[in-house]
Amino acid sequence: MKKIAIKNLDLLYKEIASAQELYLPVKVAGATNFKKFEDGVDVDIKSLQTVKSAKDLFFPQSEDMMEFKTSGKNIEIKDARKQAVPFVLFGVRGCDFKSFEVLDKVFLAEPVDTMYKAKRDAVTVITLACNNPESSCFCKVFGVDASNPKGDIQATIANEEMFFEALTEKGSELLSKLTCLEDGDAKKVEDEKAEIVKKIDALPFVNLDLSDFKGENLMKLFDRPEWEELSKACLGCGTCTFVCPTCQCFDIRDFETNAGVKRFRCWDSCMYSDFTKMAAENPRKTQMQRYRQRFMHKLCYFPSNNDGEYGCVGCGRCVKKCPQSLNIVKVIKKIGGKIND
Amino acid sequence: MTNEALIPVIGVITDIRRDTPDVKTFRVVTPDGKKAFEHMPGQCAMLSIPGVGEAMFSITSSPTNTEFMEFSIKKCGCVTSWLHQAEVGQQITIRGPYGNGFPVTKDFKGKNLLFIAGGIGLAPLRSVINYVRAHREDYGTVDIVYGSRSMDDLVDFKEIQQEWVNEKDFNVYLTIDRPQDGWDGHVGFVPAYVKEVNIPTDRTAVLCGPPIMIKFTLQALLELGFEKTQVFTTLEFRMKCGIGKCGRCNVGNQYICKDGPVFRMDQLEELPSEY
Amino acid sequence: MQRIESMMIEKAKALLSSGEVNRVLGWKKGELGFDVEPCVFTSEDSLKDFVYNAFCGANLSKYLVGETKKEGKILVFLKPCDSYSFNQLIKEHRINKDNVYTVGVECQGKVDNSKLKENGIEIVDGVVETVEEVTIKANGKDYAFKKDEIVLGKCSVCEKKLLSYDEVISINEKRTPSIDRFEMVKKLESMTADERYAFWKDQLSNCIRCNACRNVCPACTCTKCVFDNDNSGIASKANSDSFEEKMFHIIRAFHVAGRCTDCGECSRVCPQHIPLHLLNRKFISDINRLYGEYQAGEDTESKGPLTNFTKGDAEPSEVFGGNN
Repeated sequence: MKKIAIKNLDLLYKEIASAQELYLPVKVAGATNFKKFEDGVDVDIKSLQTVKSAKDLFFPQSEDMMEFKTSGKNIEIKDARKQAVPFVLFGVRGCDFKSFEVLDKVFLAEPVDTMYKAKRDAVTVITLACNNPESSCFCKVFGVDASNPKGDIQATIANEEMFFEALTEKGSELLSKLTCLEDGDAKKVEDEKAEIVKKIDALPFVNLDLSDFKGENLMKLFDRPEWEELSKACLGCGTCTFVCPTCQCFDIRDFETNAGVKRFRCWDSCMYSDFTKMAAENPRKTQMQRYRQRFMHKLCYFPSNNDGEYGCVGCGRCVKKCPQSLNIVKVIKKIGGKIND
Repeated sequence: MTNEALIPVIGVITDIRRDTPDVKTFRVVTPDGKKAFEHMPGQCAMLSIPGVGEAMFSITSSPTNTEFMEFSIKKCGCVTSWLHQAEVGQQITIRGPYGNGFPVTKDFKGKNLLFIAGGIGLAPLRSVINYVRAHREDYGTVDIVYGSRSMDDLVDFKEIQQEWVNEKDFNVYLTIDRPQDGWDGHVGFVPAYVKEVNIPTDRTAVLCGPPIMIKFTLQALLELGFEKTQVFTTLEFRMKCGIGKCGRCNVGNQYICKDGPVFRMDQLEELPSEY
Repeated sequence: MQRIESMMIEKAKALLSSGEVNRVLGWKKGELGFDVEPCVFTSEDSLKDFVYNAFCGANLSKYLVGETKKEGKILVFLKPCDSYSFNQLIKEHRINKDNVYTVGVECQGKVDNSKLKENGIEIVDGVVETVEEVTIKANGKDYAFKKDEIVLGKCSVCEKKLLSYDEVISINEKRTPSIDRFEMVKKLESMTADERYAFWKDQLSNCIRCNACRNVCPACTCTKCVFDNDNSGIASKANSDSFEEKMFHIIRAFHVAGRCTDCGECSRVCPQHIPLHLLNRKFISDINRLYGEYQAGEDTESKGPLTNFTKGDAEPSEVFGGNN
């Protein structure tokens, strides 16, 4: 166990950043998101959550794939993918770390998405235990222990100090190199964790009942009449999908630059009306259908293809960020527990 | 970082054939004159024109064709409209193959086959029909019921008339929606014709066409005594990646691009009807 | 405010049972006390979840674009700011006025949910409101706030009146704002171009193009937005460069100029808390200066200054300025 005083964290950031790129929660214009550490940035480890999840680091909102040069009838294809460089991702909460495992099931399944894999391979993740989980948190429902997050290195704040424990070889390697750290006492961390566990158990959504959400109930869940009411106020915006750590739908688009055509992929949202639109048909014409698709995918379709693993990690971002306060908790409460009615 | 699923190769259009007023068939090879990749009947490929877009098309030519691939494409959106004004020699990009294809070496093997298509729906079936012709000994009798709006809208009419009708144990039934000068064949919609022909139920059926045709033809087949487990179809859906990652073609727990596009009717019944 | 809520529920029940309306557009209570959602109630029984309190910030008027196309009349409760959007939508022929019954309701400012956590409030058990204060019950304690400490930015500067309605439910005089609506606009205007650029660069670089601002905006009711239309040449889902990220919001601000009622929904819903309303408010301030005081949505008939030519209009030289 290693440690550093909270007031000296800047030394740690600088030491890590001197050897590798470091990404961590940074506040810009009042909003905290994962950004690259540079001198003078406003690092924010007080906020429980970044607005955008950490998936951005492996699956960026927009990512160049290739460039085309055309002359007459001829086309030339140029690879435009950026080479991944080793980096450290600091301050990831347990829920977001769990989301990497969910995304891995999509992007690392055959055929492997190499743009994603290159960045996953290049990262060393330092997770951070959640001293103050919020009412919107329900990661426990999905098997996450926010007091004891996984990762390459786990960090815990206790009594104005941050403690570090390596959980993987990669983590040990990084930890052993950091000279600004001193030896720490595990007892303080254990006490803090016990406190966190108590707080988590008192949260309002930790006992959500997911037992109905399984593949065998697919059609029954799909046909529930409550979807209509649940989706009534949905604006069809992409906020829930874009702040969600597990949403992984993307679009592939072309962009005319002055020097040819750039093809990039970017986040897309199944909440958008054109998501499934074809020249002649659209299989999901109503917002209710699109809303249902998003939650059915997370709670039923995805687990039925992935040994029961849900496509939600309980981070609660949708609970906090939906413009009209619709969210997956309301869906679970309304749709679940009714199959045998 | 080569040979990647989302990175295409260059294809050259070496021949363009006008099939119907709104369908053209494009022959595509790599710049060095080869096939871009091998495929199975019913599989698809992503074609794109930089700056215009990328779209999924079923490969119309049979895998047994060793020289080139063909795509019969109906003009309906951005990419297809652009292709329709392209000239021979135009380069495009191509990647694939995608999807499961028809079970030609499993469920179809040794069976009598019934192909039913409407309009451009013949495109994916042409691949499997010509595959069956090339492996004639592996399959029994082949019935083909094909209908279109008019005589001019029958895709591959020449190949049908000159080759398919002469194939051993091939029965070809053509129909058009309304009477037309110069047409002495059957007139009427496909579902009704299927019932009229009264095809025996000892066949494995393959349906492809517009959703409304699929719906009524399936009904007709069931009335003739077919089981849903005997009937296959191939779905059309908006796709972007082709490898089950972009999420677009997810219906129920299936991804049309990798788990489909070919499904058995009883499998489709277990999915939400969002296709 | 509790009295207002029960008056609203009574009104809704009466209109439903008399058959005057077949639906009620209002707000429904959530799971945590503050996560109130817009809802269409269809029965007297369903009104048990109806709520009207300090957490009903959402503007309901845009839902009427779809709802008034349906069979039968719908009752809608409109806060003062919602009603300006309502009028503007009537003016733009987006709402079928025959299919809606409007009840104006008193509003003394709505809580900014993002300020709750800053104050240690996780779950709201109850809320008591006076004109100048709001007391939130949470964690077994009472948290008392002056309105300006806890309400949405749009509410701190709200000068909107209760306009004409089929009916009005109101008890108290409306709170008068203590802050000048154009304070921040003036501050931005007084910056150097570089400072202003840096301000917006920081703000807009946070944009995730989720379209919440557009989709919630009552002035954005195009059937197909140019940014969604592949044939427009500017359709996009993500900012492909830093220029684009600015263009989306600036184009949108131009598009709603003269029609934006300053309802503040764009800023309320932005997940990154970008003060998007400042772009619109700059236009409002300029319109006021160039064409005389104008408040979009104040009526349903008049022509807006940007859609109507008069001989008194500002000359281009005034608009483009000499040394400005």
